Amino acid sequence: MSQPMYLDRLDTPLPDRPWKDVLDSTDKSLKQKEKGPWTALSKEEKIALYRLKFNHTYPEMKRPSHEWKTVIGGMFIVFGITGLVVFWQCHYVYPPQPHTFGEEWQAKQIQRMLDMRINPITGFSAQWDYKNKQWK
Amino acid sequence: MRNWGGSVVHFNWRHTVYGYVQSCYTPLAQRCYSHGGKLESDEEFDARWVTYFNKADIDAWELRKGMNTLIGYDLVPEPKILEAALRACRRLDDLASAMRILEAVKDKSGPHKKIYPYLIQELRPTLDELGISTPEELGMD
Repeated sequence: MSQPMYLDRLDTPLPDRPWKDVLDSTDKSLKQKEKGPWTALSKEEKIALYRLKFNHTYPEMKRPSHEWKTVIGGMFIVFGITGLVVFWQCHYVYPPQPHTFGEEWQAKQIQRMLDMRINPITGFSAQWDYKNKQWK
Repeated sequence: MRNWGGSVVHFNWRHTVYGYVQSCYTPLAQRCYSHGGKLESDEEFDARWVTYFNKADIDAWELRKGMNTLIGYDLVPEPKILEAALRACRRLDDLASAMRILEAVKDKSGPHKKIYPYLIQELRPTLDELGISTPEELGMD
């Protein structure tokens, strides 16, 4: 960080140092030519001068990447692994369900609640039709 | 804002709104001083920057610092400022930076597609005189 760094940034058009610091002889002669009138430079030379000084052009900096596919894919893989872990856990780790969860027990429980008239006005027993012995 | 080489340069944020005046784009600027003071007008802002880039013995650091700061503002610089900057590039024998400046102002225009062609149209005499090709002409877009 203490040395001048090259950075491709949209909001910093001219970074601290050029992209290519070490110039070979062709680059050096091109740089010499740059000191003269720029109208004498060909298109290829102008492009070469640009590429000496900068790595990416602005459109290249703004190019879209395919990173989102990696992210979404990785996300789903993690969901999958988590799903497997949860499934294994349900099978091997959880203790057996309490007996009060059984069908028969639940049925008797509901009957008891209805007999006790739980929430008869707006709640549980209000939904039971006592005359016809069915749910409303 | 960054401090380079120990020097502290204090810049105030400038808010601009683009207005249509006879199919030209003019920045209507309000320069806000946080400590209270006189508002700087467009012309004073432009004149200040033109003078900055017109310095005869401008060095590469000053060019970079000036350009990076100018691009940091919430505006697209006027053609006269850009002309002064391009001439500064010429004095520094730096064609690549001149092209980079053009790319930067095109990017600054954002969704307003008409600003860049207008700037190029205004800068055309300078571009031809100095022999600067736009990135479009070189196929770099």
